[in-house]
Amino acid sequence: MTSDLYKLTVSEARARLRARDVSSAELTRACFDRIAAVDPRLHAYLTLCEREALAQAEDADRRLGAGQAPALCGIPLAIKDIFATREIRTTCASRILENFVPPFDATVIAKLRADGAVFLGKTNMDEFAMGSSTENSAFGPTVNPYDLGRVAGGSSGGSAAAVAADECLAALGTDTGGSIREPASFCGVIGIKPTYSRVSRYGVVAYASSLDQVGPFAKTVRDAAIMLRALAGVDPHDSTCADRPVPDYEQSLTGEVKSLRLGVPKEFFVEGMEREVEDAIRAALKQLEAMGARAVEISLPHTEYAIGAYYLIATAEASANLARYDGIRYGLRAEAATLAEVYNLSRAQGFGAEVKRRIMLGTFALSTGYYDAYYLKAQKVRTLIRRDFEQAFEHCDVIVTPTAPTTAFKLGEKTADPLQMYLSDIFTISVNLAGLPGLVVPCGYDSLNLPIGLQLIGAPFGEETILRAGDACERSGAFTRRPPLV
Amino acid sequence: MTATEKYEAVIGLEVHTHLLTRSKIFCGCSTGFGAPPNHNVCPVCMGMPGVLPVFNRRVLDLAIRAGLAAHCEIAAHSIFARKNYFYPDLPKGYQISQYELPLCKGGYVELPAADGETPRRVNLVRIHLEEDAGKNLHGVDSSLVDFNRSGVPLLEIVSEPDIRSPEEAGAYLRELRLMLRYLEVSNANMEEGSFRCDANVSVRIRGATELGVKTEVKNMNSFKNVEKAIAHEIERQIEVLESGGRVVQETHLWDPDREETRPMRSKEYAHDYRYFPEPDLPPLKAPRELVDEIRAAIPELPAARRARYIRDFGLTHYETDVLTQERDLSDYFEEVIKAPGLSNRKAAANWVMTEVLRVVRESVKPIAEAAARGRGRRAARYGRNGRHQPERRQDRVRCDVQVGQGRGGHRGRTRIGPGLGPGRDRSGLR
Repeated sequence: MTSDLYKLTVSEARARLRARDVSSAELTRACFDRIAAVDPRLHAYLTLCEREALAQAEDADRRLGAGQAPALCGIPLAIKDIFATREIRTTCASRILENFVPPFDATVIAKLRADGAVFLGKTNMDEFAMGSSTENSAFGPTVNPYDLGRVAGGSSGGSAAAVAADECLAALGTDTGGSIREPASFCGVIGIKPTYSRVSRYGVVAYASSLDQVGPFAKTVRDAAIMLRALAGVDPHDSTCADRPVPDYEQSLTGEVKSLRLGVPKEFFVEGMEREVEDAIRAALKQLEAMGARAVEISLPHTEYAIGAYYLIATAEASANLARYDGIRYGLRAEAATLAEVYNLSRAQGFGAEVKRRIMLGTFALSTGYYDAYYLKAQKVRTLIRRDFEQAFEHCDVIVTPTAPTTAFKLGEKTADPLQMYLSDIFTISVNLAGLPGLVVPCGYDSLNLPIGLQLIGAPFGEETILRAGDACERSGAFTRRPPLV
Repeated sequence: MTATEKYEAVIGLEVHTHLLTRSKIFCGCSTGFGAPPNHNVCPVCMGMPGVLPVFNRRVLDLAIRAGLAAHCEIAAHSIFARKNYFYPDLPKGYQISQYELPLCKGGYVELPAADGETPRRVNLVRIHLEEDAGKNLHGVDSSLVDFNRSGVPLLEIVSEPDIRSPEEAGAYLRELRLMLRYLEVSNANMEEGSFRCDANVSVRIRGATELGVKTEVKNMNSFKNVEKAIAHEIERQIEVLESGGRVVQETHLWDPDREETRPMRSKEYAHDYRYFPEPDLPPLKAPRELVDEIRAAIPELPAARRARYIRDFGLTHYETDVLTQERDLSDYFEEVIKAPGLSNRKAAANWVMTEVLRVVRESVKPIAEAAARGRGRRAARYGRNGRHQPERRQDRVRCDVQVGQGRGGHRGRTRIGPGLGPGRDRSGLR
């Protein structure tokens, strides 16, 4: 049925497009119909690109007709509004960039364009990627497709919700402290944050330069593997991007987990976690063991310092990265009489509260007299955290943990106390500090029908291993995927 | 006791000089001078959201060359750092520079000495790399910003406070400029903005060891102005101290029209730069092999050349100074004295210093081009014990030797006048 085409996975759509059983134009239109039907309630999208998307779909159909089209040719995708998309508004969900139209594409966008992918639109996020619920968007939150009164997670909430609600076949997000993995967990979809440097950051509006990483949201692990292959690879525009060959990640989805050593960090199973979340994670572990994997208890002793280290390093880098929003060359410029006022008023009006909070925190951490005690110290802690993981990976192949301490919380529940909100990242944040890859796969639902995500952490450039483990989880049929409310 | 007898001036200079690369330091935009505003720009040097710097390796070669010539220690491993402050000509709101681990440390510049004196050395603290900012153009009721210059590679050369007089400061700057031009590392042209200087000036009672409070003097756009500004500042500080006051640590701007310094509103420059290592760039490596390769290719420097002229040709300090003021000129002079049969080097030197230089100045062309054409004929005429010889074919061939590497080419040409047209006096040229 044409009307159900939006429910396809990337893998299914690829097959049908190549068989010319369905056209990209049909697929794209089906997605836009779906968006029209559900997005008024979800608010996953900030900008829709119908004209451009249909033009891309037409081009894709021509290529598909000629044969030998890339994997993502004709596949409709949603793009987090943090990626520079040429001639398409890119806001980072901030008033300061509300009308900013970049004259260039991010490298990953250019890659997807070259592959013939279709961009449905730009999705909602926490402003400048700072948040864990998408409630920090200047344009209103995105809600959870499993409960419209709850958050979709953040900062890539829009992309996660769009995939969960079949408003696209897959989506792009970014992850600095958990911003792909946590919303993936809350929305019951697949999300992967690759190893730092695996994917180019050029054209991705910077939050924290040494932590930011691009990754896909998808409906299946196979889809995530397909997406990752298209995104990864060296980029001459990004000096921090690794020059390493990109494996065909699909090939690693063998379903085999026999003798895979699963590290279970004792510091991650502590008080404060929802009972049902912990149960679901343990059940998933049991399932993997039943398939031949072996659970091993490990220790990541410096885990308790991760949040502190993160909120010094990330905010410090952010305070510099966001200095360019000054009203001078682009973005919001307040009417003012003096230069100082242009700066002060543009930024006061343009930035939301959380962004301001983090800029101040970061500026303080770098300031004279405090640099050593805060920023430098945090970097040293970071080294210790990385070493914890290095040592752990001598005894295991994949580290298995919960993604978040809770399922999706209610809108407004954590906004009163920023620190409470920060604690949502407790299981994801150390992965960014260590630069490791992390995959989230849904592993169950709680009694309120809210999704629970299992996190699989790999060694550096160990995406193949975690994808294999995640795929095995998915295939095990240990739980059935439930449709969202919309 | 006069003020100058009682007080000693202590001066340190910070020089910023543009490196002669075709492209900017962190993007592929052209560094060419004179383009229309915001023409040589791209998302990277405009600081657009999401952009990243990529280091232009040619910059490293030139920087190492300069560092070696200044006898610095070249760090095998140095780090870029962000220097954070807000100003309209700084697109990212931070400048990528170097802080804790610069490319070069130590080193010195030897000042040319007068006859009979030992050359003075001005020691350097460090030399490091950074990117330039754009340029503000202030109008009556608005300001404009041109980002052509944003991202042009700069070498920052910091001297120790070893300089003791405005004249010495001038000598240091002139020698530095000469060295950079010989190395073809920079055009070092103050008027074009490819050579900028800030001075740190303080005074103390002669014989004291502690440094006095220093002020920073900026906005001097010529060597003469640097000397004047420093002289003025020394005088001002002495006056302050003599009248029982205290020198305030602040920045002063030189006003070339009024010929005085005025303090900058201190709020503007009360900066905490919050330096931290640049996370978007890997550490800068300068391996031993590269440094050795560059060292081997360094041309003879002005100081060595002057010494050689004095020793081998018996020229005076004045004569060698004039002959070595441009590398091309002294290269030309050396070619002249190599001419077979030429015995009177003094006369040759004199001829180059007067006749050739006159023609060069008149034609307003780079020395290389102007002199090369006349070279063969003159050498033939004067070189053979005064007897006139017809121009030999091989002399003419030798004339066409390309001497003006890069300088007359794409980068930073010395100002070229209306050029030679029909009817101009071509007596000195072929």
